[in-house]
Amino acid sequence: MLVSIVFIPIGVVSLFASRDVVEIIDQYETECVPQNFRNDKVSFIQSNANKTCTRRLTVTKLMKKPIYVYYQLDNFYQNHRRYVKSRSDSQLKDNSGWDEVSSCKPEDMSNGQPIVPCGLIAWSLFNDTYNFSLNNQQLAVNKKGISWKSDRDRKFGRNVFPRNFQNGTLIGGKSLDPTVPLSKQEDLIVWMRTAALPTFRKLYGKIEWDLQPNEVIHVTLENNYNTYSFSGKKKLVLSTTSWLGGKNDFLGIAYLTVGGLCFFLALSFTVVYLVKPRRLGDPSYLSWNRNPGGH
Amino acid sequence: MKRYVYINENESSHELYCDNRISNRKYTVLNFLPKNLWEQFSRFMNQYFLLIACLQLWSLITPVNPASTWGPLIFIFAVSASKEAWDDYNRYLSDKKANEKLVWVVRQGIRKHIQAQDIHVGNIVWLRENDEVPCDLVLIGTSDPQGLCYVETSALDGETDLKTRGIPATCMGIDFELLHKIKGVIECPNPDKDIRRFDANLRLFPPFIDNDVCPLTIKNTILQSCYLRNTEWACGVAVHTGNETKLGMSRGIPEPKLTAMDAMIDKLTGAIFVFQIVVVMVLGIAGNVWKDTEARKQWYVLYPLEGPWYELLVIPLRFELLCSIMIPISIKVSLDLVKSLYAKFIDWDSEMIDYETGIPSHATNTAISEDLGQVEYIMTDKTGTLTENRMIFRRCCINGVFYGNESGDALKLLNAVAGSSPDVIQFVTVMAICNTVIPIKSKTGAILYKAQSQDEDALVNAAAQLHMVYANKNANILEIRFNGSIIKYELLEILEFTSDRKRMSVVVKDCQNGKILLLSKGADEAILPYAYDGQQTRTFIEVVEQYAQLGLRTLCLAWRELKEDEYQEWSLMFKEASSTLVDREWRIAEVCQRLEHEFEVLGVTAIEDCLQDGVPETIETLRKAGINFWMLTGDKQNTAIQIALSCNFISPEPKGQLLLIDGKTEDEVCRSLERVLLTMRITSSEPKDVAFVVDGWALEIALKHYRKAFTELAILSRTAICCRVTPSQKAQLVELLKSCDYRTLAIGDGGNDVRMIQQADIGVGISGREGLQAARAADYSIGKFRFLKRLILVHGRYSYNRTAFLSQYSFYKSLVICFIQIFFSFISGVSGTSLFNSVSLMAYNVFYTSVPVLVSVLDKDLSEGTVMQHPQILFYCQAGRLLNPSTFAGWFGRSLFHAIIVFVITIHAYAYEKSEMEELSMVALSGCIWLQAFVVALETNSFTVLQHLAIWGNLVAFYVINWIISAIPASGMYTIMFRLCRQPSYWITMFLIVAAGMGPVLALKYLRYTYRPSKINTLQQAERMGGPILTLGNIEPQPRSIEKEVSPLSITQPKSRSPVYEPLLSDSPNSSRRSLGPGTPFDFFQLQSRLSSNYSRNCKDN
Repeated sequence: MLVSIVFIPIGVVSLFASRDVVEIIDQYETECVPQNFRNDKVSFIQSNANKTCTRRLTVTKLMKKPIYVYYQLDNFYQNHRRYVKSRSDSQLKDNSGWDEVSSCKPEDMSNGQPIVPCGLIAWSLFNDTYNFSLNNQQLAVNKKGISWKSDRDRKFGRNVFPRNFQNGTLIGGKSLDPTVPLSKQEDLIVWMRTAALPTFRKLYGKIEWDLQPNEVIHVTLENNYNTYSFSGKKKLVLSTTSWLGGKNDFLGIAYLTVGGLCFFLALSFTVVYLVKPRRLGDPSYLSWNRNPGGH
Repeated sequence: MKRYVYINENESSHELYCDNRISNRKYTVLNFLPKNLWEQFSRFMNQYFLLIACLQLWSLITPVNPASTWGPLIFIFAVSASKEAWDDYNRYLSDKKANEKLVWVVRQGIRKHIQAQDIHVGNIVWLRENDEVPCDLVLIGTSDPQGLCYVETSALDGETDLKTRGIPATCMGIDFELLHKIKGVIECPNPDKDIRRFDANLRLFPPFIDNDVCPLTIKNTILQSCYLRNTEWACGVAVHTGNETKLGMSRGIPEPKLTAMDAMIDKLTGAIFVFQIVVVMVLGIAGNVWKDTEARKQWYVLYPLEGPWYELLVIPLRFELLCSIMIPISIKVSLDLVKSLYAKFIDWDSEMIDYETGIPSHATNTAISEDLGQVEYIMTDKTGTLTENRMIFRRCCINGVFYGNESGDALKLLNAVAGSSPDVIQFVTVMAICNTVIPIKSKTGAILYKAQSQDEDALVNAAAQLHMVYANKNANILEIRFNGSIIKYELLEILEFTSDRKRMSVVVKDCQNGKILLLSKGADEAILPYAYDGQQTRTFIEVVEQYAQLGLRTLCLAWRELKEDEYQEWSLMFKEASSTLVDREWRIAEVCQRLEHEFEVLGVTAIEDCLQDGVPETIETLRKAGINFWMLTGDKQNTAIQIALSCNFISPEPKGQLLLIDGKTEDEVCRSLERVLLTMRITSSEPKDVAFVVDGWALEIALKHYRKAFTELAILSRTAICCRVTPSQKAQLVELLKSCDYRTLAIGDGGNDVRMIQQADIGVGISGREGLQAARAADYSIGKFRFLKRLILVHGRYSYNRTAFLSQYSFYKSLVICFIQIFFSFISGVSGTSLFNSVSLMAYNVFYTSVPVLVSVLDKDLSEGTVMQHPQILFYCQAGRLLNPSTFAGWFGRSLFHAIIVFVITIHAYAYEKSEMEELSMVALSGCIWLQAFVVALETNSFTVLQHLAIWGNLVAFYVINWIISAIPASGMYTIMFRLCRQPSYWITMFLIVAAGMGPVLALKYLRYTYRPSKINTLQQAERMGGPILTLGNIEPQPRSIEKEVSPLSITQPKSRSPVYEPLLSDSPNSSRRSLGPGTPFDFFQLQSRLSSNYSRNCKDN
């Protein structure tokens, strides 16, 4: 009973928090493939055709700044054992560890030289790009500070520069500017925080601008990343945030459910107790008449 | 094989035989590591863990850092290895102490003080009074002119009385100084462990008397670890040294005992192992399928098209490693730890200290406390275990006159002694001198008696109180103080007691008138048939019968005057028989027989062996707890039955029924066995106490020929009395019950119980008057029988409950983590990714979840008082109600449920942009830890500060540790915990996990508690309400009748004259007031007064 009294309000509050969050989701992986390639999206994505694509997003509610821009991938197993292990933290951290690539197989060496940053994770860096415009005016996307500060400071070295990256026969994802140190390559840092679930969102940038209801945002995106071979979805997500994080009704609903169940149980126990009372600790329930040989 | 020991030849023996260095060590510095590791790896669990650890070295398949398995594994090995090393070091220290002790040894004809370890075979060792014997010696000289010395052998066989040892005949009369130079050879057998045999020969070289070889027996030896007593000095030749002594050879490591619980845990481990294999197979196949169908499409994984040959194996092996935590590595350590704690609890229990002797209870075997709670059969010895083994002279019948039946008899007997009634005086004289007791004058002038048997002790003491004081033994002259005058007797021969002859005699010469007397005492059947023709022995037979009915031990006393020539003639024969080498014992018995006849029977003594305090209550309580009692005794049938009646063992007639199995031939035994079995089958449904009585002879036949029928009988019967059984039969009976899958506990105090104690699942020794032998061999030693109640009901029960919880909980917590890993593998492409990092996994199993559960050793589900009042509750332990496959299934289900809760809530609450690997894993881990804390709290019945501290402190410690780890930049978890703790959603998620995880568990428990309470719950509720809980399950000590008339046996029985018998010699408050009248001073009976008043109280209470 007590639990239900505590839980239902928490549930309501969480639900409200979640409902306060305004979210615009745009799934584009099919739409951004030209009609004639729809049957064979893989060959399209691997071709050199122009992959630019324009999307229109309508703001439903007032979105206060900062507005977070995420890309969401479905059916992408960043948690696959082979994938998750294929990185070299010591290489990322400091220049002196540039040739420590043994854990990065099969993306450790290219043309006989160690790759920096090595490994499957870095190699498969997401490379779709988004440009937002509102009323024909460029909407700036702030890509600074999208990664964890601790990662920039400690995990990715200021003196480590990409080297020999995406130089092999197979090109995975995005290339990196070899003149920018890894600690500044925030897209990479975000990407290398591997997701534990096959459906995940990663921060692309922040829009420091309030969006009014019914405003229409034009997104010019480069649809480069291959999710077609494993029929994964790609979504662009614009979202505000609350004290609980992004839009997620789960906690609220779960609290309400648990609270409700507790309430129901407490009620039914009380009813049962009233209908069929039973004295606790009545020694008359103790009967020792067991068969001596009965076990 | 023989060994030849050359006396005083220093050099020759050095190479042949070892020196006297004692070593009890199991290891040496060099072989410690390999030997210890080998021993540890012979256990299945350890092999399993080693295999897992080795697999983890293969980095392709290992999900986590190999350190997460190697760490705990090495820790566990280090713990048990250091325990072994510590024990071994202690053994080394005690060895060293013994080895470096200084002893006097003759070297080159001069006595020197050397270290004990330098003694060699053939050396002559000198001992002073109260010295410990450093090695096995053959005596060659003592300070005693007769060549005797006294040794205490308690370290060897546990018997506390002094034993006489003598020098061989050839060494007689050798001068003190000459002993240094003596030369000779001893032909003796190679070392063996038989401490009752030593068949050797001694031949001295010139200039000493160089006659024939002189035979040596065990009587001529003093063995290692004995103490020299009452003898100024003694010297002997070392024949066995070091670890080759009889003590060293008989030292052995007993088989480790395994508890039923261990067996069950092993079984469950096996089941989990099978489950694990199944999971691994399923996941392995699924993983390979997924890899071939899906993973090839996931281009970013870059699966090569052609893999190496072992590729198919990789994924199953990964899962094997992932699931290896299903079998918790910590369970062994935790169990060992708590078990030694249980043992300490027993040692520390202040309620189990015997205040009379100050002996605390002690658990020698630390591993089997749970079994105490599961005992189904208790096999108990009678003398010294149920009874005090403190013999008190109660009654006698002299020449047809009864003393001690009615009040005032003590006075009558005293008057009779004072009145110089010749029969009575003769009777008391026999009591005083027909024995092997050694009187010792203490400094205060009081005389202490060192007696080999308690009966003799009682008789001599009683005689002393009848003014016939056995004052001194000076060589062969015995001095008796009687009414102020001193009577001297010369002791001519002792015809010793053997269990075959069942009597002992002495031949003495009255120094006053030169008469030679044969004085005998013995069992009725060994004395009465040899009475002279004219004597009526019928009265004595009746008296013996009557006394036996009262549970008294009887001895018949007899005497005969010998003619001088008759004695001389016999004496020659006796000497000859004593020196025969073949069948000596039999020959002596035969010769003795020639003298021991034509007795004039003087009378019968009745000695009582008091029941120990609280024996009836203990037996009653334990029987209520559903434990079956068997009494195995070497005593007479009637005595045994009477003791059984008086200590609640069997109920008198209307409620109980005694069935007798007897017979001398196979047929008779068979018939009576079948009859008893039939009765047993009929009555098994009735609430009637049926017990059977069997004697050693019938038992032998029954066990040999009708084992099956007897086994059935054993199962049907809750009580049995086996009398006249030998030590090996005791062990056989234990074996029989064990083979029927019963948990047996054997309790005894003497050397004859050792085999039974070692055979039983649990051996309990009473550190009693028969020495410490049983207590040493036992797993538990207690001071008094009544402590058994507490040992079983409190310690055994709690141990069982606690281990049941601990072991199942250990599996539960491992399974939770493991299930989460398995679930996670389904959303990680069945690739075998570990959700948790190595550090967390290791710490989870070894630290976070072990500490709070360890304090569960303090948990008490019911208070001790309640358990004592409701011993029936022990049934839950006996039947294994708290740890069996179904309870385990409950825990298994709970772990599955909790894993689902944690996993589902975590992945939903931390979806999308929050689904970062490290964060998610930490959220799931915290969820588990929170749930653990609440599960432990829920399962804890009695909270103490320590428990709260451990449970909640552990939760705090979890955060502190993770904050520390999160502060280390190099760790994978850098900043994770700080980040999480700042998020409200993290705390809300935790709250949700706890509520969702515990809610149903609580509801279920509440329902059970209220609507289908177990007996334990009911009692808990009653306890909580604080009301009296004595209504039904109350143990009202049944008013037991001590009226001996209601003996259930159909044996013809003379009416006892009085229902309550008073001690014959006593001035206890009750008896003196009633029997002797006020004001009668009986100071000299002071010693007995306390005992007898105790006794009377017992009678009255009951």
